[in-house]
Amino acid sequence: MLKKLTVAVLAALSTAALADVNVGVSVSATGPAASLGIPEKNTIALLPTSIGGQKINYIVLDDATDPTAATKNIKKLISENKVDVMIGSTTTPNSLAMMDVAVDNETPLISMAGSAIVVEPVDAKRRWVFKTAQNDAHMATAIVQHMTDRNVQTVAFIGFADAYGEGWYKEFAKIAEARKLKIVASERYQRNDTSVTGQTLKIIAAKPDAVLVGSAGTPAALPQKSLKEKGYKGLVYQTHGVANNDFLRVGGKDVEGAFLPVGPMMVAAQLPNDNPVKKSALEYVGKYEAAHGKGSVSSFGGHAWDAGVLLQNAIPQALKAGKPGTVEFRRALRDALEGTKNLAGAHGVFNITANDHQGFDQRARVMATIENNTWKLVK
Amino acid sequence: MDLQIFLLLGQDGITNGAVYALLALALVLVFAVTRVIFIPQGEFVAFGALTLASLQAGQVPGTIWLLLGLGTTVAVLDGIRLVREGRYAKLPPLLIFNIGGPLLAAAGLFAVPPTQLPLAVQVVISILLVVPMGPMLYRIAFQPLANAPVLVLLIVSIALHLALTGLGLLFFGAEGSRTPAFTDLSFELGGAPLQGQTILVVVASTVLIIALYFFFERTIYGKALRATAMNRTGARLMGIPPILAGKLCFTLAAAIGAVSGILIAPLTTIYYDSGFLIGLKGFVGAIIGGLASYPIAALGAILVGLLESYSSFYASAFKEVIVFTLIIPVLLWRSLTSRHIEEEEE
Repeated sequence: MLKKLTVAVLAALSTAALADVNVGVSVSATGPAASLGIPEKNTIALLPTSIGGQKINYIVLDDATDPTAATKNIKKLISENKVDVMIGSTTTPNSLAMMDVAVDNETPLISMAGSAIVVEPVDAKRRWVFKTAQNDAHMATAIVQHMTDRNVQTVAFIGFADAYGEGWYKEFAKIAEARKLKIVASERYQRNDTSVTGQTLKIIAAKPDAVLVGSAGTPAALPQKSLKEKGYKGLVYQTHGVANNDFLRVGGKDVEGAFLPVGPMMVAAQLPNDNPVKKSALEYVGKYEAAHGKGSVSSFGGHAWDAGVLLQNAIPQALKAGKPGTVEFRRALRDALEGTKNLAGAHGVFNITANDHQGFDQRARVMATIENNTWKLVK
Repeated sequence: MDLQIFLLLGQDGITNGAVYALLALALVLVFAVTRVIFIPQGEFVAFGALTLASLQAGQVPGTIWLLLGLGTTVAVLDGIRLVREGRYAKLPPLLIFNIGGPLLAAAGLFAVPPTQLPLAVQVVISILLVVPMGPMLYRIAFQPLANAPVLVLLIVSIALHLALTGLGLLFFGAEGSRTPAFTDLSFELGGAPLQGQTILVVVASTVLIIALYFFFERTIYGKALRATAMNRTGARLMGIPPILAGKLCFTLAAAIGAVSGILIAPLTTIYYDSGFLIGLKGFVGAIIGGLASYPIAALGAILVGLLESYSSFYASAFKEVIVFTLIIPVLLWRSLTSRHIEEEEE
């Protein structure tokens, strides 16, 4: 009897000590990807602090857009903070760097990066990695679709002279070729460039029906401004990487009329009421704008929010298998994440399977245009 | 490529080159007088442009806090020395310049909403907020190391650059800003459109360069700076205080940087870390001038601007590679032709 009681008391004590679920977060809040990382960091603060009756601790570290720092962060979070799950990082290189550490320690990792390579193919390593941002290919298909609908036949590309621009060019060229779109010019520029006159002139000389700007954030405004200044009259497409209000502020009237694919969250209020994403998206937008002011919400924070949505669904299931802080809990959490079905986040509906650790379908993107300096849903 | 494209590219290259030329001159000046390879030169460009942008957005620019912080540090450092040496009479001007000025500026900005001010006043405020940082940074970071080897000064300079970039992110955020154009005029030149703002950049740069020429040739302070640049020990024996020379050339460098930033802010988007690349291209120009010759540095900077513009047309993906590879043949030629001068012993 006494023995049983001791065991029960010990069990209760150990439960109390291990009750909290520790979530490690590594985001690029400084460095070149800071404009993506800062809203993500802000969003983590809005995530629920209690799931399934368990207290959730979020430990947020900054990796300065540096893969080495991201690796250091995840090592520290796992060894010192004993995290059960990792969210991060903002960029593809950083997420890839964190992957090995996550696998070695059997800790699930939810990335917010854009490239499909983070979760494809689902091999022994990527078994532990999930992702909340739409794949670039996903978005590129929407652009090509929209172009062919508008009878565009020739198109020019201008993007960053780095992995982001290169990745977009590859995805876009692949899909465009299949849909008989001819790419007549492909130009590059640096994020920090003060002028893209040379590239713009070359594009105009090639006379394309449409131009796709493969860049992210405010630097994406420069090519479109320059095209307008030099008298280009065709269609201009941007990627979902520009979906924040700073782009509208810097671009001003020169970016009016640009088309871009976005996560439904960016135009949540304009979605039809039967859209499955609308409710979750509006909840996030409401919370973020209440904390950071009207119009402050950006597409990137939504990916962090969706990581939270996935966890809210998975943690209660994983708790049945083991206590937080144990390897059983982490394994169960991974299985629960993989079993996510019909879960609506801010950016789309997750249906994660053993072969697809991203889980979005057509509902994860809509085409939008810039009208009167706001995002307008294209019906 | 037809004539129109050729002209447009040339026009773009000269506009950018004019700004690089200003920065190249500032770099040559700072190096000649203090032997500091001034990496943070570009930060003054970004700070000038972003301070103006935040004034226009109706915010109190973060630079004011940096100015207050730097001013207080300088006042404490110099204050302690003055008190120890018993030179109490010099305390009030020290305090007024380093703490009173920034405090007054902060109070003024909080009292009058910046958006109500005309553009010209905002420009003047931005320049006044950024320029005093030059001498203050010199006092804090470089004056205690005045006799250190060039390498140590370079390391401090890099540290200062990293610190200022970080502060820039804190003050202005990660996203870029753009200010409205000073003029909406537009001309036709040889069939190519020419914007008023572009002309303004070239004209302002030229005027500044001419003003610098007169400053060095005709004023006593300019001559003192040149003397210090030629021979520091000799200049000191002639009664030119090296500290004054250092502060003066950092003031000029900060002023050139801030003005360049305000000039190009309407033409392009400036980010908290934009300054580095702009400064680096000025540096390539300065290297072409051997960090010694002002006219060759200015011409070299124009060459960098033109090379950048034409290479962005022919091979946009390799533009930076082409621009920065220019430095290799220049260094090769420099090291083969110039005779090696041993580092001056103090």
